Amino acid sequence: MSFLTVLYACLFYAATAILVGGLAYKIRDYSRTPAPLKIPTTPAPTTTGGVVFRMAREVALFESLFKSNKWIWVFGYMFHAALALVLMRHLRYFTEPVWSWVAWIQPFGTYAGFAMLAGLGGLWARRFLVDRVRYISTPSDHLMLLLLIMIGSSGLGMRFVSHTDIVGVKNFFLGLMTFSWQPLPTDPALLVHLALVALLMVIFPISKLLHVPGIFFSPTRNQKDDPRERRHLAPWAAELEK
Amino acid sequence: MAAAKFEVPAFREYPVPPVVKEGTMAHVKSFPASAPIQEAIGFPGELVEDWHDKAIAKMGDLLGKYRSLKVFMDACVHCGACTDKCHYFIGTNDPKNMPVARQELMRKVYRRHFTFAGKYFPSLVGAADLTRELLDEWYTYYYQCSECRRCSVFCPYGIDTAEVTMAGREILDSVGYGQKYTNEIMGKLHRIGNNLGLPGPALEDTLLGLEEDILDDTGAPVKLPLDKQGAEVLLITPSADFFSEPHVESLIGYAKVFHAAGVNWTLSSTASEAGNFGMFIGSYANMRRAALRIRQAALELGVKRIVVGECGHAWRVAYSFWNTLTGVGAGGADPFSIELQKQLDPRYPAPQHICEFTYDLIQQGKLKFDKSANDHRVVTFHDSCNVARGSRMSDMPGGQFVIPREIIKAVANNFHDMAADTIGEATFCCGGGGGILTDDLMEVRVKGALPRMEAFNNVVQEHKVNFMALICAICKAQFTKVVPYYGFDMSMIGGVHQLVSTAIVLEVPEEADQEVAAGAEAAED
Repeated sequence: MSFLTVLYACLFYAATAILVGGLAYKIRDYSRTPAPLKIPTTPAPTTTGGVVFRMAREVALFESLFKSNKWIWVFGYMFHAALALVLMRHLRYFTEPVWSWVAWIQPFGTYAGFAMLAGLGGLWARRFLVDRVRYISTPSDHLMLLLLIMIGSSGLGMRFVSHTDIVGVKNFFLGLMTFSWQPLPTDPALLVHLALVALLMVIFPISKLLHVPGIFFSPTRNQKDDPRERRHLAPWAAELEK
Repeated sequence: MAAAKFEVPAFREYPVPPVVKEGTMAHVKSFPASAPIQEAIGFPGELVEDWHDKAIAKMGDLLGKYRSLKVFMDACVHCGACTDKCHYFIGTNDPKNMPVARQELMRKVYRRHFTFAGKYFPSLVGAADLTRELLDEWYTYYYQCSECRRCSVFCPYGIDTAEVTMAGREILDSVGYGQKYTNEIMGKLHRIGNNLGLPGPALEDTLLGLEEDILDDTGAPVKLPLDKQGAEVLLITPSADFFSEPHVESLIGYAKVFHAAGVNWTLSSTASEAGNFGMFIGSYANMRRAALRIRQAALELGVKRIVVGECGHAWRVAYSFWNTLTGVGAGGADPFSIELQKQLDPRYPAPQHICEFTYDLIQQGKLKFDKSANDHRVVTFHDSCNVARGSRMSDMPGGQFVIPREIIKAVANNFHDMAADTIGEATFCCGGGGGILTDDLMEVRVKGALPRMEAFNNVVQEHKVNFMALICAICKAQFTKVVPYYGFDMSMIGGVHQLVSTAIVLEVPEEADQEVAAGAEAAED
């Protein structure tokens, strides 16, 4: 077992633990914090089904962003939809046999990598070209885009420029999942790609990537508009009535 | 044209997003509250010595009490969707009036004290300590936000800057750094029962005077009862309706509607205010204390229904928060809310907006109108922000946009909406809401009104609109003061029930008929 294999195995165990543990902590924290007042942004749905539909549109179509700004919507949607395809395509490295639908989307997932980079490029360009967005951008906003672009381009590099030993990679990850470690191929593009992915997993629960769980807990989007019909009272507010 | 010590922004030929100009509004700061004002509503009189630690502790407290604040602090990705949505940014070019930047004033302190990245890599993620300079910036820019929620419509995560502004003001208040305008009024409401500080006898006098005026104008014995035990309807209306122009015209309109429908109604001398500035300062305690006056009055008078007059933030508090705060509503299972809810008539929503009330009567054919009485007016309707984005009317989502317009169309022949992206859920604030309606913030108010004034100007030019109908006391006060800066006359501003008042046909008792025929002619306006 090479040093690199051990290093990357430990890295991915740790990154997974931080990602899952960190997100679980955050989700638990959000769900346990009360929302004392009814504050849906109206007009809002009056039923649970309506709220689910509103949230689904928000998550699947970025409805509010579409209303807001077509450029951000185009680039943001391109990036997120492509990322979803790319992630689904990557399931083939974690499943044996490969699920048929994963096999089916393989070509879409492959080329989606380019759309992902294009979307990221557009979003990054806005951070330089639009004075309002330039004003609000922090170093971490730029570094986040750089990180995602490096992950995307190193991945595309392995697919279209210099192939890696993909069977070996798959064996490595299947081995990680069954705790029977297999050697990791050592081309630089792969090592860079995997290290950056691990880094992304680690910073996920401590960065703005928390928008992913956050949207589901946003009271302006997930509350029913029914304050006259039902009494809504947080535990700390109920104490005031005693 | 009023004299201005600042430049009134020019109408833009195309509504393109403004160019960032840093610091243009850094000098505009409303008067801070004095010690007696602060102490009267439960806050320290002046900036406390350990304000830094107290402020951070208060932030931690609020993060534990409000999921909105906690999620909103984490979720922003700086995408820029909100950056051109705030009327104050559009009117001032000051980037700290972009919603995200306003939030960022707090978020950078949140990061510094409550996140791993901000504790260990502050400059990387834009975290910062709460310095005295930053605290002053909080005060400046959290009192340049009208909590109108327009940004929350456009944020992909629904981040509502109003929640952040409220938290910011609550923290500032808790360390002794409050705003004179809002907190002084809050105290008056607690002490006397309304924002204007009108005692019961003065109110009674005013109402008697109005009854005489209506009798002279129409010949109809329309009453404005006060503290009438056993009335069916308790009307809670902004106190501006009792004294200010054009507000009082709408009060007359409500009274005529009640009279025409034969509804037994009353006002209350102890709960003579619909407004609740507790919301503006994010103070649950103050908001609850103010709202409890209404519960108390309802219980004492034994009313079956509670109707709320034309007031934007008051309707948000009433519609969205009263059930929570006071049990005015339905569906309560605890003794506190049951006590009141068993008294209220379940056939009607509690509370009910005066527009819902009037609209129902129109639907039932119980009101008669002479629409031609409004023919000298070409009307447009301004959706007030708290009604549009923080409440509802009727059972239908979006009823808050439909019902006022339907009322206007029922009482007037000439109606034109302003541009679609400036009304409905995308409506622009009047520029004076949320604790900004004070002379020391006149520059903010005038500049913040720019996008609404542009949309208004367009319908004035295209359709000869000469009347902007409103359902908010603050909008009315703000516009009457601000439209002259943009070259319009303040008589163009008025209430929806002012239009109702003009057109409604009241039955005149026969003996009175002869005497007042002449007066009725003059009552056209």
